[in-house]
Amino acid sequence: MDYLHQLLFGLFPYIAGSVFLLGSLLRYDRGQYTWRAMSSQMLSGGQAFRWGSNLFHLGIILLYFGHLFGLLTPKELYHAFGLSTAAKQAMAIWLGGLFGTICFFGLSYLLYRRLFNERVRANSASMDTAIIALIYLQLITGLSTIFVSVEHSDGAVMVHLAHWAQHVVTFRSDAWSYIVDVPMIYKIHVFLGLVMFTLFPFSRLVHIWSWPIEYVQRRYQVVRHH
Amino acid sequence: MKIRAQIGMVLNLDKCIGCHTCSVTCKNVWTSREGMEYAWFNNVETKPGIGYPKEWENQERWHGGWKLEGGELQPRIGGRWRILANIFANPDMPAIDDYYEPFKFDYAYLQNAGDSKTMPTARPRSWVTDKRMEKIEWGPNWEEILGTEFVHRSKDYNFDGVQKEMYGQFENTFLMYLPRLCEHCLNPACVASCPSGAIYKREEDGIVLIDQEKCRGWRMCVSGCPYKKIYFNWRSGKSEKCIFCYPRIEVGEPTVCSETCVGRIRYLGVLLYDADRIKEAASTPSERGLYRAQLDMFLDPNDPKVIAEALAQGIPDDWLEAAKRSPVYKMALDWKVAFPLHPEYRTLPMVWYCPPLSPIQSAAEAGALGMNGEIPDVDKLRIPVRYLANLLTAGEEVPVKVALERMLAMRAFMRARTVDGREAPEVLERVGMTVAQVEDMYRIMAIANYEDRFVIPSNQREYAKSIYDGISERGGCGFSFGGDCSGGSADADIFGGHPTTKRKFFPIRVERTREPEKA
Repeated sequence: MDYLHQLLFGLFPYIAGSVFLLGSLLRYDRGQYTWRAMSSQMLSGGQAFRWGSNLFHLGIILLYFGHLFGLLTPKELYHAFGLSTAAKQAMAIWLGGLFGTICFFGLSYLLYRRLFNERVRANSASMDTAIIALIYLQLITGLSTIFVSVEHSDGAVMVHLAHWAQHVVTFRSDAWSYIVDVPMIYKIHVFLGLVMFTLFPFSRLVHIWSWPIEYVQRRYQVVRHH
Repeated sequence: MKIRAQIGMVLNLDKCIGCHTCSVTCKNVWTSREGMEYAWFNNVETKPGIGYPKEWENQERWHGGWKLEGGELQPRIGGRWRILANIFANPDMPAIDDYYEPFKFDYAYLQNAGDSKTMPTARPRSWVTDKRMEKIEWGPNWEEILGTEFVHRSKDYNFDGVQKEMYGQFENTFLMYLPRLCEHCLNPACVASCPSGAIYKREEDGIVLIDQEKCRGWRMCVSGCPYKKIYFNWRSGKSEKCIFCYPRIEVGEPTVCSETCVGRIRYLGVLLYDADRIKEAASTPSERGLYRAQLDMFLDPNDPKVIAEALAQGIPDDWLEAAKRSPVYKMALDWKVAFPLHPEYRTLPMVWYCPPLSPIQSAAEAGALGMNGEIPDVDKLRIPVRYLANLLTAGEEVPVKVALERMLAMRAFMRARTVDGREAPEVLERVGMTVAQVEDMYRIMAIANYEDRFVIPSNQREYAKSIYDGISERGGCGFSFGGDCSGGSADADIFGGHPTTKRKFFPIRVERTREPEKA
């Protein structure tokens, strides 16, 4: 059993991370033409799509930053700012629940549309469908952890998971040991997250790298000289 | 003063016969690919009509072009933050049905159908879903020659200020053709609304292009462009647009649409303009002042001061020579018979149109046309001047009237000369033209020889370090769809790229008899 934990939560994060980073780099370098958001709005737009897509994107961006803060902020740091572990867990549950619900409503529609809208389905690559299904599954497991979390309000599991993440990113080989004793649902959630990182460069998710923030300070007109 | 040169286009609508050769040749060359079946870089609309995509001129609906926000220019779809906020779901995006669901026909069935009592028919099939389409509801040219009912067609924006009810009656009806392509604007709204900065205007010839490598498919350009001349390729996830046939322009050849125009209505020529005045001209407070403001940006290619300054700024000599002979300059600025399409969008478009003449409403006056050197009242023309003005000068009727009168005067003058055998300079006086001008106008607009229509300087060594210079392209892979030399030819690569050159044809069954092997 330890072997499996070590493999999935000790080793796999580095494989996933390497594929994620190197794959993205390689694709950016070699496959610029394939680097796009791959919107299907044109084939099926309308009010429902706009609600769905906006809710999904809003929710998932907030969830991303929530995870980034929640997993990677050292305990000592947020304690120093007067945030107790229990309070942080409560925050994670409430905000995570809220963002997750927003995302869930949006994604439910988008998945339905991906599977049952004739035009969208006809023009979905298998990876398009796979990645949206994976995100949906990931979202559901993430939301399910709330029901487990409310049963132990001391935040111990959260601290374990944060330790795991912090040890992974600081290349400490004992990272996997922090995850051995957390309930199964968290393990599934973490594992699916790592799978998502692995698939990232091979899917449309690469558009996440390209958030065009430089646009806000660009001049309107672009003139190129050959 | 920052002098730039651009190859502009004029379309003489007076001679357009609506044959769609331009659209078809363009389609065959540039958009016969997956994901682009619905897209026509060049299309010809019958006006009055709502056009393609539906109601493209209705900016209350699509929010294309620019607006003035406290005196400052801003894309009508919103400022930079607003555009970014709409990136997940664009509220101003036409859907495929606003263009039309592209279709093909099961032609193979005509060949391989079994015996039946009735003739086999080739039924339509969707390019998008590959499924049977029971009924085709709309197409790229559904209003061809006043197709559909007047109530629908009369939503045409250009009826603004026109008593349009009477034009629904058969005896009062009118039609004209409007071939449309990318305007290669001086102040393009598509460029401004692209969050990735993938769309750019080429400095040397003004052609607006989308960098296919850099486009991320945020599709804001589709909304930004008020002419709806940017098309989202739903197969590749990237936007595409008319490229003004730049590989042809670079070697001094006309665009495919111009080359193949059987009516010889298209003209290509160099215009010189002052790029420092773009913002000022596009920000003209009054919409009706925009046409005039745009005219003021252009520089006289015969002015020695302009020539000296242009040379100093690195504009090649033969571009300046071409500018002097430019038919576009003559029609747009000398004779003022060509106008920009919808200047009120504030994009400063560079594809210009000569308004079409039309029959005189009253038969009595029609007979008088040109006979005694009189020019009929242009208000009596079947196509209302106001309609044309809404299309070409933001509703300002005077310049359109002058243009129509000049075109009529040219006819009257030449008719007097060739049919009646007399000179009639008095017709020219009224429209403020000289005999020499009208002779030139007749040569260019009526005779329209190839070399007079297309005055295109070829691309310069000074400009082009790489484009088709034969040295840096040696050993290259020519045209490809990204991914370097392997791009479009292979099946989907590991990163999920779709080739856009592979067609889904229904193969015709070929029965082959196998030759007996020789012993």
